[in-house]
Amino acid sequence: MLKLKNINTYYGKVHALKNVSLHLVAGEIVTLIGANGAGKTTILNTLSAITPAESGEILFEGNPIHNLPPDRLVRLGIAQVPEGRQVFKPLSVEDNLELGAYLRYRSREARGTIKKDLQDVYTLFPRLLERRKQLSGTLSGGEQQMLAIGRALMTSPRLLLLDEPSMGLAPLIVQEIFRVLDGLRRERGTTILLVEQNAKAALKLADRGYVLETGKVILEGTAANLLENKEVQRAYLGKDKKEIWER
Amino acid sequence: MKREVVKFIIFAALVMLAPLPLKQSYLLNVLVFVGINTLLAVALNLLLGFAGQISLGHAAFFGMGAYLSGILTANFGLNPWLIIVLAAVTVGGLAFVLGFPILKLKGHYLAMATLGFGIIFYIVFNETIGLTGGPSGLPGIPNLAIGSLTFDNDLKNYYLIWGVTLLTILLCVNLAHSRIGRALRAIHDSEVAARVMGVNVRLLKVQIFALSAAISAVAGSLYAHTMTFISPTSFGFNFSVELVTMVIIGGLGSIYGSFLGAALLTLLPELLRAFRDYDIIAYGALLVFMTIFMPGGLVRGIPDLMLFLWSRLTGKRGGNAQTG
Repeated sequence: MLKLKNINTYYGKVHALKNVSLHLVAGEIVTLIGANGAGKTTILNTLSAITPAESGEILFEGNPIHNLPPDRLVRLGIAQVPEGRQVFKPLSVEDNLELGAYLRYRSREARGTIKKDLQDVYTLFPRLLERRKQLSGTLSGGEQQMLAIGRALMTSPRLLLLDEPSMGLAPLIVQEIFRVLDGLRRERGTTILLVEQNAKAALKLADRGYVLETGKVILEGTAANLLENKEVQRAYLGKDKKEIWER
Repeated sequence: MKREVVKFIIFAALVMLAPLPLKQSYLLNVLVFVGINTLLAVALNLLLGFAGQISLGHAAFFGMGAYLSGILTANFGLNPWLIIVLAAVTVGGLAFVLGFPILKLKGHYLAMATLGFGIIFYIVFNETIGLTGGPSGLPGIPNLAIGSLTFDNDLKNYYLIWGVTLLTILLCVNLAHSRIGRALRAIHDSEVAARVMGVNVRLLKVQIFALSAAISAVAGSLYAHTMTFISPTSFGFNFSVELVTMVIIGGLGSIYGSFLGAALLTLLPELLRAFRDYDIIAYGALLVFMTIFMPGGLVRGIPDLMLFLWSRLTGKRGGNAQTG
């Protein structure tokens, strides 16, 4: 469904992604793990054309998309839940969600489905229904994350890019959000690319994973394999395996 | 949406009835200018209050409208109504082209750039003496007319200008409640998040800049035909700042707030006549006082103040009065 080939991205002179290649099969959940500054967020931002790639190819369902602006990508069905949630704080919960359907308001037939999609988001996150008239800046962190995911779903995406949805949230809420992601994949067949610091939880949810270090993919494999991998365990899962790798 | 309709009807009715007790007094003349300034403040509010993009050069668009109308009708005798439309399209188009490079900038840099073009146009108005008459101004601009009805006194001009202003307010209230209004407020809050939601941020900012400029140009044309004389001092940097002040004092992102801000800043110099030479001090002090105690602008500050006074009067503790 999605293929990145030899992607290079720069921030000014900083070479942030070095020949990154990865792929997603439709219906998969794939996670990117790695330390701070490894390039996880940059991969998502390159995908959504916020920081476009300098060289390399990105194919979405076989078509090159690396030269398209962000709004075209949204139209194609790629939605991003940005890092730190970034809900529109002065807008109400419902306005935030309707904004997710911004591009779809153009066609008349879509307006009916927007109403239905709104109900679907409320079914998924009943907390948002209770607070639909509230300004989103007054929501708790977990509720804002739910709103950010709901807002992305309103674009009716086929590929969902999530940037650290667990950031700063209580473990119970993280569980709830991961459960919803699992449900999305199972019920709607949404393909998900998940960036996470919480490597353990991410690998438990995902089918496959990529491990990044300073802008390079250093390891790839099924989630189960990565969970078992000694280096991954030491570096990202907090298991004390010092004696093996830091001799 | 229903509430907005009711609000608009009440507002329009008050505006339409206001001249009745005034007849041909001086105050009516001032209210004509409140109308023009409201038009300008509403236009700037679209950009500043909704999209969150500052412009310190809006007086230039106002001036371009005024000079286009003035020159083409006074010197070339063209149809004034046609020229108003032409001015709106030309100035809107110019702003559209200018907007692409300028609106790439953010914050202080955007303020500097808009300040720059504001000053450039001010110099152009002053120096192209053959066309604009330069610093001594451009006289002999005809009043607008429909058939035998000429808009040649304050009462007629009042209804002409407020008619246009009310139509513009209606347009802007509609825009504010559409998906475009939501997208503008989203840009204000976070451009990146708006982009990943599929909002073409760059284009939308330029479009709203052009719309704002076009409305300002219409205000300029109306101003020229009402005054029948224009000179560059009305379109300088000071007036750009005054417009920004109107929007902020009135309340960012509130259409009716823009009216309150425009009304206050237009009426205040008249009301402060009693202070004679010290009027500018009183003016400044009032503005400082209001920005400190009414940070949300008059549109939120006045209801808060009334709640506060009411709670004092009745001796009850005010529920949610936040004025302090």
